[in-house]
Amino acid sequence: MARVLVGVKRVIDYAVKIRVKPDKSGVVTEGVKHSMNPFDEIAVEEAVRMKEKKLATEVIAVSCGPTQAQETLRTALAMGVDKAIHVEVTGKDLDTLQPIHVSKILAKLAQDEKADLVIVGKQAIDDDCNQTAQMTAALLDWPQGTFASKIEKGDGILTIVREIDGGLETVKVKTPAVLSADLRLNEPRYATLPNIMKAKKKPLKKLTPKDLGVEIKAHQEVVSVEDPPVRQAGSIVPDVDTLAAKLKEGGFA
Amino acid sequence: MSLIAIRNLCLRQSSACFSPSRKMSSALTSLPSTHQMLQKTCRDFAEGELKPIAAKLDREHLFPKEQVDKMGKLGLMAIDVPEELGGSGLDYLAYSVAMEEISRGCASAGVIMSVNNSLYLGPINKFGNAKQKEQFVTPFTDGSRVGCFALSEPGNGSDAGAASTTAKDKGGQWVLNGTKSWITNGYESEATVVFATTDKAKKHKGISAFLVPKPIEGLALGKKEDKLGIRASSTCNLVFEDCQIPKENILGEPGMGFKIAMMTLDAGRIGIASQALGIAQASLDCAVDYASKRIAFGAPITKLQSIQNKLAEMALRIESARLLTWRAAALKDEGKNYTKAAAMAKLAASEAATYASHQCIQVLGGMGYVSDMPAERHYRDARITEIYEGTSEIQRLVIAGNLLKEYGL
Repeated sequence: MARVLVGVKRVIDYAVKIRVKPDKSGVVTEGVKHSMNPFDEIAVEEAVRMKEKKLATEVIAVSCGPTQAQETLRTALAMGVDKAIHVEVTGKDLDTLQPIHVSKILAKLAQDEKADLVIVGKQAIDDDCNQTAQMTAALLDWPQGTFASKIEKGDGILTIVREIDGGLETVKVKTPAVLSADLRLNEPRYATLPNIMKAKKKPLKKLTPKDLGVEIKAHQEVVSVEDPPVRQAGSIVPDVDTLAAKLKEGGFA
Repeated sequence: MSLIAIRNLCLRQSSACFSPSRKMSSALTSLPSTHQMLQKTCRDFAEGELKPIAAKLDREHLFPKEQVDKMGKLGLMAIDVPEELGGSGLDYLAYSVAMEEISRGCASAGVIMSVNNSLYLGPINKFGNAKQKEQFVTPFTDGSRVGCFALSEPGNGSDAGAASTTAKDKGGQWVLNGTKSWITNGYESEATVVFATTDKAKKHKGISAFLVPKPIEGLALGKKEDKLGIRASSTCNLVFEDCQIPKENILGEPGMGFKIAMMTLDAGRIGIASQALGIAQASLDCAVDYASKRIAFGAPITKLQSIQNKLAEMALRIESARLLTWRAAALKDEGKNYTKAAAMAKLAASEAATYASHQCIQVLGGMGYVSDMPAERHYRDARITEIYEGTSEIQRLVIAGNLLKEYGL
């Protein structure tokens, strides 16, 4: 039976209107509502369901970030995860943190915790990188099943249905493996009041990247962050000929 | 697990303690983390499951059985009932937060939840014996069954001490006769807490409380009232005609009824205040959203001072009422006297709800008057909060009475 490691990220809530900082160094995060990355919620839900189906023995949630990442971990605990690990990353390190570092951290934890499965959301809604699952798998030299919309467990084998541009692709991977959750994999549960109360008693361990032998070294530099251009109004044309002429004019035909 | 036990357990761990003093100071700026998680669950549920159907439930007067069931599974129908009885074992601050979020999605779902929690489970949990709790509490904690509270009569609402429903001791049984009116959850409930006179000579000290299962012979339901608002919840008369209940169904001691009713209503007022906050907040959300999109005089109307003044006033009244409500809940959780605080909370919140919903329609203009927008439903839902569980006039008398006592008068 599997031990499952789930990666969760604290991001700006999907419903918030994002504002760019006046100095163009990033977006405004101070005082803004944050929550668990929606795809990570789906990953947690899948792991908890595996445990309920007795396909997994223990589910461990991990989050890399500042103190507030513990709130995200508590939500995971309230959804049914057994224990949580907070890898504390603050200040300058937090600005430098990229999927490459998170993957190294997850890979080390997967080994330390003897995980059979690592599940993360397919991408975070703040950076849209879509890299962590893939990099983690490569670092561990484990097979990967990304954009999973269906996961079936067999004997030492997982059958994954992946949502790709052309439609659905079915792959079989041997465990241990790394998976990333896509939108239609499941519908995450509400954290019930009894579970929120139970979550307070579950263990939450704190570590640093250094404890795991990972250095948060800068691989890139953010030069500037700007708003996308304001959308220009379109115009209604009277007939097809005018449309064709306008397209030619604009260099589109 | 008792609150004391939870607190002691938490004191052994590091963060997010349940110690009362820390709870109060943090509630002034932000809720404790448990309550924040609870708030998120309730808000997600309200937005996903209640808000989309609220208009339909109102239009068709439909009891949201499926949603109440789900709320029960989430632990919302018995929030402060101990875990060993099937409840969630949380505090009244948690109950207030949950009530506000649920009511923000659907005010009817809110009142159904409030009556079950405060008016039905409240007194039985406090005054019932083990056998009564087994029969009347535990089966009513998971959302599959709801209870109700029968105090008002056609002849008396505010004048609760003049109860004319009688309970006569007739050899091994109590026999109830009389009519109770305006009973929320009247139709769907499977049990009720009823107040009846056992000794007319003692006036209000001769009233006792009883537990009556439903359906039962001798109890008939009146017609479902056609109300202005909260139409998804049922309201009807309970007519007792020689209704026989076992001797052991008396709640507490004979003559304790009035005291039980008053203590129960104190707690219920926090629930209704929270419901009113939910309606008020929904009205503010609706007004801000509309105003941000409505262009007039060349810009969104949020730019106009008249609109800004309204929004500011709405927000002020809501925030003030919310702080009063949280304070009343915190006082109750600390075991302190909270009667005046609860009365202030209910008064402030219900008037904030009627004000906010009125102004919401005003901000929306013509759109506020039609059912395409939820503004008119909030307006209709808000109105009852100034009436039930103690009219605003009664709340003022309660506040004045307690205030004068504080001055030693």
